[in-house]
Amino acid sequence: MKNTMESLDQMEFDTLISVIRETRGIDFSDYAMSSLRRRFIRFMTMNNLGDPAELAWKIRYDNAYADYFVKEITVNVTEMFRDPSFWSLLRDNILPDLINYPVIRIWHAACSTGQEVYSMAILLNELGVLHKARIMATDINSNVLKTAQKGIFRLNHQELNLKNYNSFGGKKELDEYYTVSGSEVVYDPQLISNVEFRIHDLARDRAFSKFDLILCRNVMIYFNFRLQERVLDIFRESLDKGAYLGIGSKESIEWCKSSRYFQTVSQEEKIYRKL
Amino acid sequence: MKTECKIVIIGGSAGSFTVVRKIISSLPGNYGIPVVLCLHRLRDVRHGFVESLRSSSGPQVIEPLDKEAILPGNIYLCPSNYHLYIEMEGTFALSVDEAENYSRPSINVTFSSAANVFGKSMVGILLSGANSDGAGGICYSGRCGAYTIVQDPDEALFDIMPGKALALCKPDEVLDTDNIITYLKRLTGN
Repeated sequence: MKNTMESLDQMEFDTLISVIRETRGIDFSDYAMSSLRRRFIRFMTMNNLGDPAELAWKIRYDNAYADYFVKEITVNVTEMFRDPSFWSLLRDNILPDLINYPVIRIWHAACSTGQEVYSMAILLNELGVLHKARIMATDINSNVLKTAQKGIFRLNHQELNLKNYNSFGGKKELDEYYTVSGSEVVYDPQLISNVEFRIHDLARDRAFSKFDLILCRNVMIYFNFRLQERVLDIFRESLDKGAYLGIGSKESIEWCKSSRYFQTVSQEEKIYRKL
Repeated sequence: MKTECKIVIIGGSAGSFTVVRKIISSLPGNYGIPVVLCLHRLRDVRHGFVESLRSSSGPQVIEPLDKEAILPGNIYLCPSNYHLYIEMEGTFALSVDEAENYSRPSINVTFSSAANVFGKSMVGILLSGANSDGAGGICYSGRCGAYTIVQDPDEALFDIMPGKALALCKPDEVLDTDNIITYLKRLTGN
């Protein structure tokens, strides 16, 4: 049995990266190579592509296919209230600090299909401040943003979501926020009435506004040191003094030069505050 | 004489916990080679597992952060609900992409990415398990030049994982727990 890891050498890998950059303007060259490589190979296996040259050709001459490729390469499994203790800490220690602002400005950077956007909206709703939130949800990929905007997710992930919501200690039942339709759950569109969805590529685009809280969880794990550095600079520019940044619990900004502009609020949940 | 070992990767699932504990407590605290443990574990239980693996005398057991440098004297445990990769720069990288063989962390993922970076300087050990994840990865590591050891299926509490590996390829050695420990000690001249 041939292991899939053998079916893509470095040159083929580099070729795919440059074809995507040239045709779709998306640059994967500062991504973490090991996991990107696995996702390229996984894409080829799932789509029965034996030859990387064939994939490169399809990407070059078929824009829709190229977009599909980018979506499959970048989308990741995400959950409602992933790491419930992170969300409890936001509710108990971080948001009380922002709750009296006339407007609470939040950025979900690289929000993918939006599960964290909905989690945040539910959290704000339960604190009674959803109406004064201005939420920006961005991603590199327009397809995932469409899914996020519709708020329709697969039902088979719901068991984990319910469990997360309960350990977070939600005030209601999670199913009060959605309806089930066949094999899908449809979240209440009211939750995102203050959310603006927008294309933004952390590898290419600049800071575009100021925020009181930025969430970018389990995104920087896909980037190398150089790109992590760039992203943290964008966040630094986008946060006012005293504003917050939340990243994944196994991520760290400590290897970045700009980390000196932040103080750690929670080492366990990886919440930082701009100095 | 074979190439100097720079990293040991140990994969295991059901039935591997006591073996891993025994290995950790048998190694000196300043063991000269970094050891990475990729063990299947509950996705939503983030705490307690590291603590349960620690021993008073063995090397410290830690869950690495993304992009943390790999250093000797440490035993690294794959964090729950993440895949653990090794990058060319000698750091770890994490991901939450799709499970492999229903597993995240997946043993195949860690073995394969470590083999891509370390090749002949890696030792891979596959222990007991009731799932086939790990078999492809250790065989791939062997083809990249890694020295491969599979726990003797007769000793393993669950022989599916080591059995699957033996069906796929011939590892360098098939050893029981005590001999795995002896081998690891000899690697650093202890």
